[in-house]
Amino acid sequence: MDIHEYQAKELLKRFGVNVPRGGIAYSPEQAVYRCSELSGEKWVVKAQIHSGARGKAGGVRICSTEQEVEESAQWMLGRKLVTHQTGPQGKLVNRLYIEEATNIVQEIYLAFVMDRTEERVVVVASAQGGMEIEEISEKEPESIIRSVVDPAVGMQSFQAREIAFSLGLDPALIPQAVKTIMGCYNLMNQMDANMVEINPLVVTGGGEIVALDGKLSFDDNALFRHPDVSELRDKSQEDPRETYAGDRGLSYIGLDGKIGCIVNGAGLAMATLDMIKMAGGEPANFLDVGGGASPERVLMSFKAVLNDRNVEAILVNIFAGINRCDWIAEGVIRAVKELDLKMPLVVRLSGTNVEEGMTLLKDSGLNIETASSLAEAADKVVKSWKSKSIEEAV
Amino acid sequence: MAILIDKDTRVLVTGFTGRIGSFHAQDMMNHGTNVVGGVTPGKGGGSHLGLPVFNTVKGAVAETGADLVASFVPPPFAADSICEAADAGIKTCVCIADGIPAQDMIRVKRFMRRYKSANRMRLIGPNCAGIITPGQAFAGLMPPHIYQPGRVGIVGRSGTLGYEAASQMKERNIGVSSSIGIGGDPINGSSFKDILELFEADPDTDAVVLVGEIGGPQEAEAAEYIRDHMTKPVAAYIAGLSAPKGRTMGHAGAIVSAFGESAQEKVDILKEAGVAIVPTPSSFGDVVEKMVA
Repeated sequence: MDIHEYQAKELLKRFGVNVPRGGIAYSPEQAVYRCSELSGEKWVVKAQIHSGARGKAGGVRICSTEQEVEESAQWMLGRKLVTHQTGPQGKLVNRLYIEEATNIVQEIYLAFVMDRTEERVVVVASAQGGMEIEEISEKEPESIIRSVVDPAVGMQSFQAREIAFSLGLDPALIPQAVKTIMGCYNLMNQMDANMVEINPLVVTGGGEIVALDGKLSFDDNALFRHPDVSELRDKSQEDPRETYAGDRGLSYIGLDGKIGCIVNGAGLAMATLDMIKMAGGEPANFLDVGGGASPERVLMSFKAVLNDRNVEAILVNIFAGINRCDWIAEGVIRAVKELDLKMPLVVRLSGTNVEEGMTLLKDSGLNIETASSLAEAADKVVKSWKSKSIEEAV
Repeated sequence: MAILIDKDTRVLVTGFTGRIGSFHAQDMMNHGTNVVGGVTPGKGGGSHLGLPVFNTVKGAVAETGADLVASFVPPPFAADSICEAADAGIKTCVCIADGIPAQDMIRVKRFMRRYKSANRMRLIGPNCAGIITPGQAFAGLMPPHIYQPGRVGIVGRSGTLGYEAASQMKERNIGVSSSIGIGGDPINGSSFKDILELFEADPDTDAVVLVGEIGGPQEAEAAEYIRDHMTKPVAAYIAGLSAPKGRTMGHAGAIVSAFGESAQEKVDILKEAGVAIVPTPSSFGDVVEKMVA
């Protein structure tokens, strides 16, 4: 789960990391009022969306008059910002963060990640901040400092000190840098974050170390013990199709194609998307209906898939282990009847109770195509979808 | 005996009296698995499914001589149950739970290092379908009837894709020595390489099918091991060719975040190591048939 920059900064501050003074604004008037609250001569207006690279999309502006702040706020609010992380549909700006401008002397990159090779938390830092980490690894790979944290004892001060000295910081700044690094680690550890990224962490003209940006991502699997983190969720930043499915306990990811998919098992679901592509179609979604799926859950999955208005055909692919093909078939039949489904539908069943399932489908008298292998199912659904679209075009 | 489990393995079920644990324990027993009892804290001294229930894994081991734990403990408490098994001298722990926090798994793996390698428990999973030696025994939630006993090993992250492989092989009269699910989590107990080492050393296995997916370094690590150390032929399928970058595809570990983690990159790396690539999830049968011919 991702959160906004201003929320990340509040948390960082709680863990002892310096952040610039600032305030949230939902309207141009509030933005201007924040400036007078903050006082000073320069402010930064920052669009709050769940994406990096906002600057290039016009989502970060430095302003020296209240009028500029008002105009920037007007421009950003209600706009969909498109960055390379948001996809072409962009993300809606419905809140702004107004911050005092900072006098930057040096920019540092600092991040804490779950490293899958080490199977531990790893600190990644570079004196070449401001650039994205991919760019740093390409242009300045030797500037990257890595430090592995032993989970038995947690991050040690000496490790933070080593990182701070390796960054070439002025000795007078080392205690502040250590406090910042330890604070980020404690946040990651205590709040079950997957990632803490501060880019840039800056040294100011006044000799302070300040987090100018902050990106936090939390482990969805640990949210059961962090209701305080769940409170920070902003559904407006999510794909509404995913919110709908997620609220109903389905593992769903929205994609751009026309062929809806209902599959059991994450691996098989991924493989099904691959097969549709190889057969010449484009999948509309990833959906794992899970183990032991009841007819109700299958019906719910159909609703989630059809909630995407672009869907023009549906493929159901089930390899039943703990699932039962007859239950799946029952759910499919109910969905076709209750949702008055007219689009092409191909069902592939395999595994537990497959004969009973196939018989139910056949005896239903409904227009449901069946297949015995995944390849056959993918071919059939793409073919039916194409002929249906041609029919409609004529 | 194939690997990790056979008809003589003494299996202890944790999360024994819960709905899920009961259902699968019964299924395991119905298919010949030597289940010797179960653990549910607070219900020790009683009996369930005709078997003794214990409060602690240590207590169960003392009474039953159990050497494998099948854990059906729910995700919030699963990490603790793994550590308990490790401390009780269990040889192999198969953890089914889907949804263990990553930091819990980091601590579990650190905890397991307390024990000398000779006494260290082998963890399979979490977030996996389990392990099976067809015709003998299984620990997990797979449907045993789709596996034919034989001499090809299967190791995979995904449960249902593993079923897909096994059933396509059965259609062609090719059997399985053991099938091992290593699970879909970013931090897991045993890697592809760990299981390949076991298959390479197993006299009852002639060839191996690897079922991988996007995300993480373990397929690349396996490719290196296959190239440098394996004498037995390996076929591999990688799911997620069409997965968008940066999205988590159902499995917590199925996310492309670094170089070498996309499906195409993994396919290329494995191909380079001499692995026979299974191009689609419908061609496991064809490729394995050619490999063992």
